[in-house]
Amino acid sequence: MSTEHPNFELNAVVQTEAQKKVIKRRNIAIGLVLGALAVIFFAATIIRLGANVADRTF
Amino acid sequence: MSDMNINSNQTNDYAGENLADVQDFWELLKPSVMRLVVFTALVGLVVAPGDIHPFTAFISILCIAISAGAAGCLNMWYEHKLDALMTRTQNRPIPSGRIKPDQALTFGLILAVGSVTMLGMLVNWFASGFLAFTIFYYVVIYTMWLKPRTPLNIVIGGASGAFPPMIGYACVTGNITLESILLFLIIFMWTPPHFWALNLYIKRDYEKANIPMLPSVKGEPETRKQILIYTYIVAVCGILPTLFGYAGMLYGGTALVLGLGFIYFAHLVYKNDTGAAAIKAAKNMFAFSLLYLMLLFTLLLAEHSFGILFKLNLTGWV
Repeated sequence: MSTEHPNFELNAVVQTEAQKKVIKRRNIAIGLVLGALAVIFFAATIIRLGANVADRTF
Repeated sequence: MSDMNINSNQTNDYAGENLADVQDFWELLKPSVMRLVVFTALVGLVVAPGDIHPFTAFISILCIAISAGAAGCLNMWYEHKLDALMTRTQNRPIPSGRIKPDQALTFGLILAVGSVTMLGMLVNWFASGFLAFTIFYYVVIYTMWLKPRTPLNIVIGGASGAFPPMIGYACVTGNITLESILLFLIIFMWTPPHFWALNLYIKRDYEKANIPMLPSVKGEPETRKQILIYTYIVAVCGILPTLFGYAGMLYGGTALVLGLGFIYFAHLVYKNDTGAAAIKAAKNMFAFSLLYLMLLFTLLLAEHSFGILFKLNLTGWV
């Protein structure tokens, strides 16, 4: 299917302004949750391992 | 294909669709129930003997809160058709059409699995297993099995609301003790009179949804009698932590006074059985029941947080 076909019009999803705002808020919320999870697991690792974090052999 | 007119006027796949907002997902978590769960779990965590790192304590409460939200979400998913029938619940996200049932189910399951796994990995697996059992108890045993079948639903099902302080306690100790069972008993015995008082003045809502609550099945006189019996039991349970030496005299004295107040309101419900006086008595009973539990647990929290412990033993004060 070519986009150069004379009768072709891109059948894209067009969101209303209200829907765009909702989707943006949802994306921000998901981003914040994922960020918080990363911080939690990083902090938990440091707290659990304590000084042993620095005491490692390569 | 070459002759096919691909042109289309349909340009909006979301046309006419209200997308669920962040606030709608938040409502699925039953925030008011979550607050009570967080508070009682925090009390369990604080009164537990032993040390816990503040960060681990924070993670424990966070996981318990998320799992409570997950349980509320799964409850709303399962009951969305019933919710549409009741005035109190018809504006919830699913019956009002803001969130699709499948979205709620997926959201609830992700939160449930995530919170249980995180508690296990970062705190301890005993508390994690207990948390998983509590979600199962609330969603399957209470919501799916007991609630539509028996007027004793709130008596047996109320256990799920009484587990959080035991889970908070288990996050510190990794086990169950008599002290955590006493905390459980207070909420377990408190739940039936609290809910039945509410049922007395919103009975018709439950009848519309065909949910067999005690006032509809056994009648209001029997409900008033049961409220009175359970209130006496919870008043006794309220002072047990002091009698067993787990709480101080400040707590014990206040629990005694509050218990007598609770009994007084239960007697008013029992005595006023018709008209506006009956509704007023039930509403007062419901309001006081909330105050009763909040004050008892706040005192336990305060005693253990600030060390205001005047522990009682048989020979006097220590």
